[in-house]
Amino acid sequence: MELVRPSIGLIFWMVVSFSIILFILGKFAWKPILGMIKAREESIENALASAERAKEEMKALQSSNERILAEARAERDAMLKDAREIREKMIADAKNTASKEGERMLTTARENIQNEKNAAISELKNQVATLSIEIAEKILKSELSSDEKQKALVNTLLKDVNLN
Amino acid sequence: MANKINIFKHFLLSSALFFASTVAFAYEPQDKDYGQNTTENPEHATNEEHKEGGFDAGKMILEHVADNHQWHMWGHTSIPLPVILKTDKGIEVFSSVRFGHEGNLSYPGKYYSYALEDGQVVVIDEAGINEEATAKITDFSITKNVASMFITMILMLWVFLSVAKSYTKNPGKAPKGLQSFVEPLIMFVRDDVAKPSIGDKRYQRFMPFLLTVFFFVLFSNYLGLVPFFPGGVNLTGSISVAMVLAAFTLVITFFVANKHYWHHVFAMPGVPIPVLIILTPIEILGLFLRPFVLMIRLFANITAGHIIALAFFSLIFIFGEMNTGLGLGVSLFSLVFTVFMGFLELLVAFLQAYVFTLLSAIYFGSAVDEGHDVHNHVDDHNVARTTH
Repeated sequence: MELVRPSIGLIFWMVVSFSIILFILGKFAWKPILGMIKAREESIENALASAERAKEEMKALQSSNERILAEARAERDAMLKDAREIREKMIADAKNTASKEGERMLTTARENIQNEKNAAISELKNQVATLSIEIAEKILKSELSSDEKQKALVNTLLKDVNLN
Repeated sequence: MANKINIFKHFLLSSALFFASTVAFAYEPQDKDYGQNTTENPEHATNEEHKEGGFDAGKMILEHVADNHQWHMWGHTSIPLPVILKTDKGIEVFSSVRFGHEGNLSYPGKYYSYALEDGQVVVIDEAGINEEATAKITDFSITKNVASMFITMILMLWVFLSVAKSYTKNPGKAPKGLQSFVEPLIMFVRDDVAKPSIGDKRYQRFMPFLLTVFFFVLFSNYLGLVPFFPGGVNLTGSISVAMVLAAFTLVITFFVANKHYWHHVFAMPGVPIPVLIILTPIEILGLFLRPFVLMIRLFANITAGHIIALAFFSLIFIFGEMNTGLGLGVSLFSLVFTVFMGFLELLVAFLQAYVFTLLSAIYFGSAVDEGHDVHNHVDDHNVARTTH
């Protein structure tokens, strides 16, 4: 029964020293240790959370970068397209104006030529009329220069005239 | 890794051998004669040894498992420990060396003459043991168990105060050295014992007690497994120590218990009154039964471990008395089994520390439980019951 007989001395020392060690360890060991472990856990958690946040931000930044890039690209394309259109329009306009101008010049040229031609024709006609009158004058003069000739003429004319 | 295991094996074997030799020399039968000689008589002792009869394994084992007024080292060498007696006339302090190595000497103190009877200090006079005076003295001696307890506590103080210092010195850093050795255990007690049994919100106030109990039981269990000084003492297997630890749990439970808990003890809700007449006494008994079971479990497990180790070595001497060759043969078998039991005891040492802490935590948890709904509470109750 020695084994299961509690000893007052041992119980006394155990109560006293266990209370003391409970107090000392509770105040100077467990409190700082648990506090530090907790603080460290929290800081690790915070660090992980902020890393996660940074990752999210990075992702957001990346997507916005991509968006901006795409926008820039679209804008460039639009600008290029505009430029092309403007260039084509300018060329077309220039062509148009040039052809119109040419047309106009041609028309004027043609009108001028016509005018010149008409003027030349009327001049020519006047000349021809003058010449013809001079020739007729000369012919009349030569035809009616002698009596015989006047008689011959009268005869020819008379021949043509039918006395019926 | 393999190398490490080998070293450990060698260590275990050599310590087992050492232990065996300690046991061999430790056994000396004691014929009491309360002579008034105050100095040890070596001739007397050797004569006694020669008179040695049969080997009494039971006596030897009990002597080693039980408390003692001196700390036996090897052979005739013991560390004397102070004997402190509170008598009706005053306090007596003297060294246990006065009782002699075999404890067969008496010491004439200031108030009475003292001697040892079955490891207990008794008052003697010319007629023999004076029962009347013996009843009046109380033994507050620093016995082997008390000394071992002090050593365990000093070790704990040294370990945890230095660990606490390294925590405060580099806060927020990864643990180093001793710190990384105890931190997993502290986290284990916090996350796997306290939090699930008490609850995330209320566990904090119980942590100092749970940690202190856990490490006290763990340290003394492991020290008890070391077969030489300052280990080898059956401290947690002493009923007084287990009783004090369990009493702490009981007292703390009573202090923190809320209205809800007492209501459940004295008048379980939803139970008809006739049944309550039977149930309430059982519940009240249960209050004390739980720490009692805690005490018995720790005491029995650790004492059993010590007894088994000693029993295997006793076999060597029992068979050795019959035949030397047989004794040698059995010693081989004993060694193998002791090594095996040693490994088992390493596990048991941890397991008992864990179980004691876990059950204490569960009792605290049920004491502070608010019991939001009846359903939940019934579940808690069942958990506490089945874990016994």
